[in-house]
Amino acid sequence: MASVTASDSNTRQTPAPKGRGSVAYWLVQRAMQQRELTVVLVTLFVIIYFGIVNSAFYTTANIITVAQYLASFAVIGFGEVLILVIGEIDLSAGAVYLTSPWFMYFFWTSGMPIGWAIVVTMACCAGIGMINGLITVWLNVSSLIVTLAVNYALFGIVLIESNDIQVDMPGQTGHFSVIFGVGAWSTILWAAAMGLFIWALLKRTRFGLHITATGGNLLGAAESGIRVRRVKVWCFIIISCASGFIGILDAIRIGSINPGSSGLDTTLPGIVAAVLGGTALTGGRGTIVGAALGAIFLGVLEDGFNLIGVNANWFYLAEGIMILVAMIANTQLGTVARRFRR
Amino acid sequence: MTEAQSALGEASPTRDAAFDVVLETVGLTKRFGAVVSLRGIDMHLRRGEVLGLVGDNGAGKSTLVKILCGFQPPDAGKIYIEGKEVSFRSVADARRIGIETVYQDLALVPQLTVAQNLFLNREVTLFGRVGWLSAGKMRQLAKNYLEDIKVEIPDIDAEAGSLSGGQRQAIAVARATRQNAKILLLDEPLAAMGARESALIVDLVKDLSRNRGVSIIVIDHNYTHLFELCDRLNVVQRGRIAVDQQVKDTSVEELTKLMVSEYRRELTAGQQLLEQ
Repeated sequence: MASVTASDSNTRQTPAPKGRGSVAYWLVQRAMQQRELTVVLVTLFVIIYFGIVNSAFYTTANIITVAQYLASFAVIGFGEVLILVIGEIDLSAGAVYLTSPWFMYFFWTSGMPIGWAIVVTMACCAGIGMINGLITVWLNVSSLIVTLAVNYALFGIVLIESNDIQVDMPGQTGHFSVIFGVGAWSTILWAAAMGLFIWALLKRTRFGLHITATGGNLLGAAESGIRVRRVKVWCFIIISCASGFIGILDAIRIGSINPGSSGLDTTLPGIVAAVLGGTALTGGRGTIVGAALGAIFLGVLEDGFNLIGVNANWFYLAEGIMILVAMIANTQLGTVARRFRR
Repeated sequence: MTEAQSALGEASPTRDAAFDVVLETVGLTKRFGAVVSLRGIDMHLRRGEVLGLVGDNGAGKSTLVKILCGFQPPDAGKIYIEGKEVSFRSVADARRIGIETVYQDLALVPQLTVAQNLFLNREVTLFGRVGWLSAGKMRQLAKNYLEDIKVEIPDIDAEAGSLSGGQRQAIAVARATRQNAKILLLDEPLAAMGARESALIVDLVKDLSRNRGVSIIVIDHNYTHLFELCDRLNVVQRGRIAVDQQVKDTSVEELTKLMVSEYRRELTAGQQLLEQ
């Protein structure tokens, strides 16, 4: 341990005292300092693996498919990073993702222009986030339970209102559709924009600092005058709005909405993406870049298994094992990497 | 500021000429149900003085501190700050008047850097309320301030969680004084610290009081720590200030003797009461 630290400071002062070996060491050391290192490695591994097994993996068409898979994982993952940093969890994000196109559809069929239908739907999503947040912070109910309840409630609302009948989404034509979901790169670009926004919010603004402070030392943050409850409620609002928006885009892309699925299958990949990326489940630490990489990993995994034709019955077993392997690699490599950080 | 100022009352009745008295209490009392915690605390604190508050558990020490930092109001009695009567309704009120408390839990965020902690909730920002952080400026200001008060932190970009206990304590104190605290309340500032760590805090406390005119109250029950840090000691016993001594005029032995004899006196008084 001590020797590692010593050589660390040596290489910093004199970049290459022993020629190439030290440069390599310096590179390794810099790489090891990145919290997202492991997820980069496992993602590279699966990309290379699927590329070797099936050359169709690298075609543009397939890359678009992967991008469309992972957009929702990524956006929900970004939101979950904020929520995990404040030491909470949101299990309703996937339900909001599935419900918001229904809201938009109901508003549209009741005669609202499509643009307004989206705006009002986003307001509803903000409202759902606010309910999650307010019940969690003011009534002191665990966010795990609150958001799980909201998850089921939203599923129920959709089933009741739709009479369990699949419908076609509005907004399938013209420039509007290309920008909002139908364009091949539309969803992934929106996801990237939201990622950039949330990254800047978390790492570059006063509000982001207060998010970290709230998750890192709740009592201390409150003592220094930060309104920790308000910070938490805002985080719930942000994840709901982000999930709802990407939900609308995906629904317009696919063209129809089906009331038959519960949100958890969409929420949990988002949480997995965040945690694989290096965000702590215990609060105070989060990385948006990591969540993006985690989402890429999951997207590549789903697409790759489809591409190489894994038997549908084997799909979930394979996915579960791969996630487990990635996470174990994460913690094991994390132990090694910690030695390289001062 | 407004609430605090509206709470300012008439001038202090005593020590009109003694302008250097920054804090004075007259007859502070507090009871919790049948338990009388404070029975008339008269104390004062001079500008740039380090005053130690010592006493057994249940003596009233912590109640007194909670009143001074604005956590609870007293039942009766008055508090004067710089000669003017004040009453605080909250910790925030006391803070606005210039009384800062550094708790043992330190209120630092382990995942934030030294500079980010120093500026927590007082960040330097661009563009109004959303607040794009001026990270470089905060870093520079933090560096300058720490140099100013002679606190040496090897790496200002280090996360607070990676620092030693003494360094963390120093940063918590620095944060309080950076926000213009006139009076600092330190709760066991040397608890669980090695000799080198202690020296860091002792130097900081001495520098703040001698060179910057900050008045400091140290709460502790370790005499060695208090003799190292303080100019004057107040012993709190049974809800009163039992002993008020300059540190240079006394010793650990003498104070212990005083406390024991006071305790014996009360014990005999109690026994006599029982025998009657």
